[in-house]
Amino acid sequence: MNMIKAVFRRELQSYFATPVAYVFIVIFLMLIGAFTFYLGGFYERGQADLRAFFNYHPWLYLFLVPAITMRLWAEERKSGTIELLMTLPVTPWQAVLGKFLASWAFAGVALSLTFPIWITVNYLGDPDNGAIVAAYIGSFLMAGGFLAIGSCLSAFTRNQVIAFVITAVVCFGFLLSGFPLVLDLFSGWAPQIIVDGIASLSFLIHFEDISRGVIDFRDFIYFALVIGAFLYANTIALSWKQAD
Amino acid sequence: MIEIEGLTKRYGRHTVVDDLTFHCSSGEVLGFLGPNGAGKSTTMKMVTGFVAPSAGTASVCGHDIRSDTLAAQRRIGYLPEGAPLYPEMTPGSFLDFIADIRQLSGNARRQRLEEVTELLHLGPVLNQATETLSKGFKRRVGLAQAILHDPDVLILDEPTDGLDPNQKHEVRELIRSMSEQKLIIISTHILEEVDAVCTRAIIIAEGRLLVDDTPKALAVQADGNLDEVFRRITQPGANSEEVNNT
Repeated sequence: MNMIKAVFRRELQSYFATPVAYVFIVIFLMLIGAFTFYLGGFYERGQADLRAFFNYHPWLYLFLVPAITMRLWAEERKSGTIELLMTLPVTPWQAVLGKFLASWAFAGVALSLTFPIWITVNYLGDPDNGAIVAAYIGSFLMAGGFLAIGSCLSAFTRNQVIAFVITAVVCFGFLLSGFPLVLDLFSGWAPQIIVDGIASLSFLIHFEDISRGVIDFRDFIYFALVIGAFLYANTIALSWKQAD
Repeated sequence: MIEIEGLTKRYGRHTVVDDLTFHCSSGEVLGFLGPNGAGKSTTMKMVTGFVAPSAGTASVCGHDIRSDTLAAQRRIGYLPEGAPLYPEMTPGSFLDFIADIRQLSGNARRQRLEEVTELLHLGPVLNQATETLSKGFKRRVGLAQAILHDPDVLILDEPTDGLDPNQKHEVRELIRSMSEQKLIIISTHILEEVDAVCTRAIIIAEGRLLVDDTPKALAVQADGNLDEVFRRITQPGANSEEVNNT
């Protein structure tokens, strides 16, 4: 536990030691604002809810999360600090978990700074605040899923650009796996059960449920499983490609 | 203290470290010598638990590095080749992180951090981003990290590489001052260093152990000229049997 905390603290410090954290947060807030008010038509909808806001979270995460995670392991490989970290008395699990939790906490900070939109909608009308809390939790869980995918893929390469691109593509696949764009790749040849399985992996569908305020325990389990599976693969990637 | 038994590393069909066996104990300063690409760094990476051996094993203070990795790593202080550091961190926060990992706390922690800062003259740069530091300072931060928990075993991969003569001298003094209660292994291809600090020299080439002797005995073989011995032993095609017989 102490080891995870030490890795977590060092990682989080690193975000704020460079302009990366500040640039990221400012860009995130500007984009989410622009999407909510212009594309989402927050005012034009005339409804006291935050659907216009939450609908764009998956798409923003799609290219902002890889930007957070691309450096997680690729940079350690590139600069050689991975050798330092892995020869300290820290297990791969502790290192992976510490780093992942730091990136998740950072995403949480960025997400929580969107609170003015919540205040705004409460000022303008009388929204269902329970549903909004649920949607925030759903958004945070989805961010965790994206981050775990990015962290895992970043461990396979020492090149941050490759980590970014591959992560974005895989996240895109996960996001849309319930839609023809992805399903058509499989429906021609794979048995129906596999196609259904892939369809049920869609981030978007699980997030939709939660963001409507429907808290289904299965959606929580789903995101927890995605995070767990990718972090496990992350530790495998570390021991498998350790020396490079 | 460290027992290396049949340690081997293969990448595909290429054997980098070939059936290396030797033991060393506290109080020794072991110079690990060899031409570039001889397998020095790979051996150190295996002993510190970074790279898994293809065959054989090493144990550190009785802890097998393959089955009891963490216990072994707790006993080791390690300076990897090139002294990698987190560029955006300051030496101060970096050493704090190492102190967390090494589970130092309270007074002992504060005292040790002060001692190490003093010992390596890091005072003036503690709050400066690591990427802005000179090579000498970076190397010293790497050394500070390695000795912070006062380990029984210190493994330093080319600790003086790229330092100016004064800094080299200081690092050697530091190694000498710590050598009594510890086992120190340094890899190098600078032969004067072996003469200056080591009590024992091991020469490897192409992953095989060629010579295991004291620096003095080595030098005697070629009228005090270590360079000559080194060249004769490690040059491609040199007959290792002949060397062992002399």
